[in-house]
Amino acid sequence: MAQDTILETRGLTKEFKGFVAVDRVDLKVARGTIHALIGPNGAGKTTTFNLLTKFLPPTSGTILFKGEDITSDKPADVARRGIIRSFQISAVFPNLTVLENVRIAIQRRRGIGFRFWRSESTLDALNDEALAILERVDLRHFAQTNAVELAYGRKRTLEIATTLAMEPELMLLDEPTSGMGHEDVAMVKDLIKEVAKGRTVLMVEHNMGVVSDICDTITVLQRGAVLTEGPYAQVSADPQVIEAYMGSTEAAAHG
Amino acid sequence: MADDAYKPRASRDDAAEARYDRRAFVVMMALFLVAPAFVYPVFVMKALCFALFACAFNLLLGFGGLLSFGHAMFLGMAGYVCAHAAKVWGLPPEFAILTGAAAATALGFLAGLLAIRRQGIYFAMITLALAQMVFFFSVQAPFTHGEDGIQAVPRGMFLGFLDLKNQLVMYYVVLAIFTAGFLLVYRIVHSPFGQVLKAIRENEPRAISLGYRTEQYKLAAFVLSAGLAGLAGATKAIVFQLASLTDVHWSMSGEVVLMTLLGGMGTIFGPVVGAFAIITMENYLAELGSWFTITQGAIFVVCVLAFRRGLIGELEAWLRRRRGT
Ligand SMILES: Nc1ncnc2c1ncn2[C@@H]1O[C@H](COP(=O)(O)OP(=O)(O)OP(=O)(O)O)[C@@H](O)[C@H]1O
Ligand SMILES: [Mg+2]
Repeated sequence: MAQDTILETRGLTKEFKGFVAVDRVDLKVARGTIHALIGPNGAGKTTTFNLLTKFLPPTSGTILFKGEDITSDKPADVARRGIIRSFQISAVFPNLTVLENVRIAIQRRRGIGFRFWRSESTLDALNDEALAILERVDLRHFAQTNAVELAYGRKRTLEIATTLAMEPELMLLDEPTSGMGHEDVAMVKDLIKEVAKGRTVLMVEHNMGVVSDICDTITVLQRGAVLTEGPYAQVSADPQVIEAYMGSTEAAAHG
Repeated sequence: MADDAYKPRASRDDAAEARYDRRAFVVMMALFLVAPAFVYPVFVMKALCFALFACAFNLLLGFGGLLSFGHAMFLGMAGYVCAHAAKVWGLPPEFAILTGAAAATALGFLAGLLAIRRQGIYFAMITLALAQMVFFFSVQAPFTHGEDGIQAVPRGMFLGFLDLKNQLVMYYVVLAIFTAGFLLVYRIVHSPFGQVLKAIRENEPRAISLGYRTEQYKLAAFVLSAGLAGLAGATKAIVFQLASLTDVHWSMSGEVVLMTLLGGMGTIFGPVVGAFAIITMENYLAELGSWFTITQGAIFVVCVLAFRRGLIGELEAWLRRRRGT
């Protein structure tokens, strides 16, 4: 039997005023794997993420999560099914503390967002859980710092921590290591590998070192369409892929 | 990464902020408790009603990030319903006030459903349009008595034993209502719900991506704000024994924006200070006649240019700088 598919797209397409940003993409993400989505700048990776999470409505095509059609879901409902995304541009809550950033996620999961008559201090009951997550990403000592004051790399790890706090079945990470120094890249790489245990990760990544080290399957997008798919050794040897990347100085600098 | 991990930087001092809030609250309450000995009680009651109105508005603008330009509809409609309930139905004042606030809450739910999906200026425009509809309804509907308004509303006995005809009793009942409303706003801001509201204001796409149905939160903030604005309007109708078109007029919606911005939006005490400043100005500048609006406008422009965060906003920023955080 083929591997269990957690996420599948059929003919997923997005047009912006006649420009096809995502072109009939058929994607299958196997449960329990780390799946990379790579491709030159403007290939349509972020747009694909926006379609999967319904931040953008697809022009055509269907999205199946665990066999169910989620194409007409609202973004918040996609999240409630267990698909949590991060953003290419760092997405923290700047004037919430690091602890509060993670707590917001736990609050959502526990369904205690609407309690306007209770004191804020009732949220302290979530602190242990939040601190344990911060410990895992090495941010515990910044718990009381406003997120806006963190260095860029730490903001990205905080984002992963917040995503993680949702205990998602499927994590979508858009360039989690972009703009980071070497040490942080290695740290985030190990972190992703560790948190991927027991869940599925679909990530956009420009850093080929990271891709080759932790990703099981790689899908290469080019001009919105799937160019090829397979394990790293196969994909990296594909002449089409090399060709596609030759045109992209950005990727050369990264890879 | 490891070397500086043990040096927590720029921690936010929530304890200091809470201490400041508590002290400021004590000072404010002390002033209000002794105020009738020094100032004409009706004046302070009027200011207290507007202060509550501004606090309700600030809950939406300062903490929910939504600019409504139609909040007069909640103030005014609650006033009409309360006045009608007290005068025609003969309800005791506490129930009349609650009925008025409930009407504003219901109106807030309907208006919110229509407005909440719009963003920014479109949201402001829809609320303004809805408020204009409420205004024309108030001009036409028989129960509001058009230009005359509902006059000679009985103050009655609050809770059956407090005779509101006594000006001082009325004053302390208004103060109690204001304080309850003020503390409720404080609690909402500092609640699990308030946290989510803040998160939505800071980064709505991120909140959505975590599964928050952000429109429901904004709607809840809108309804709470409308209900509290209604509480202010209903109380005002009992104090002045009058519900009139002034309170549903669009200029009232503008006035509450002024009060909130002048005092400092997104601060707890700002709207109170802003409301008192504007009501005082109106009182002492009224003799200027038509020059009043111009003077008020000029003062407002100067304040906005000099204190962009509002009076209390600037004060808090200064205190924070002094604390060194
Ligand atoms: N909202 C939009 N309206 C119009 N065009 C868009 C929109 N969003 C994306 N595009 C276009 O779609 C194409 C794909 O963009 P996308 O952001 O998905 O690329 P990407 O693969 O994530 O690139 P990068 O590696 O730079 O992040 C680009 O040409 C972009 O200009
Ligand atoms: Mg992108």
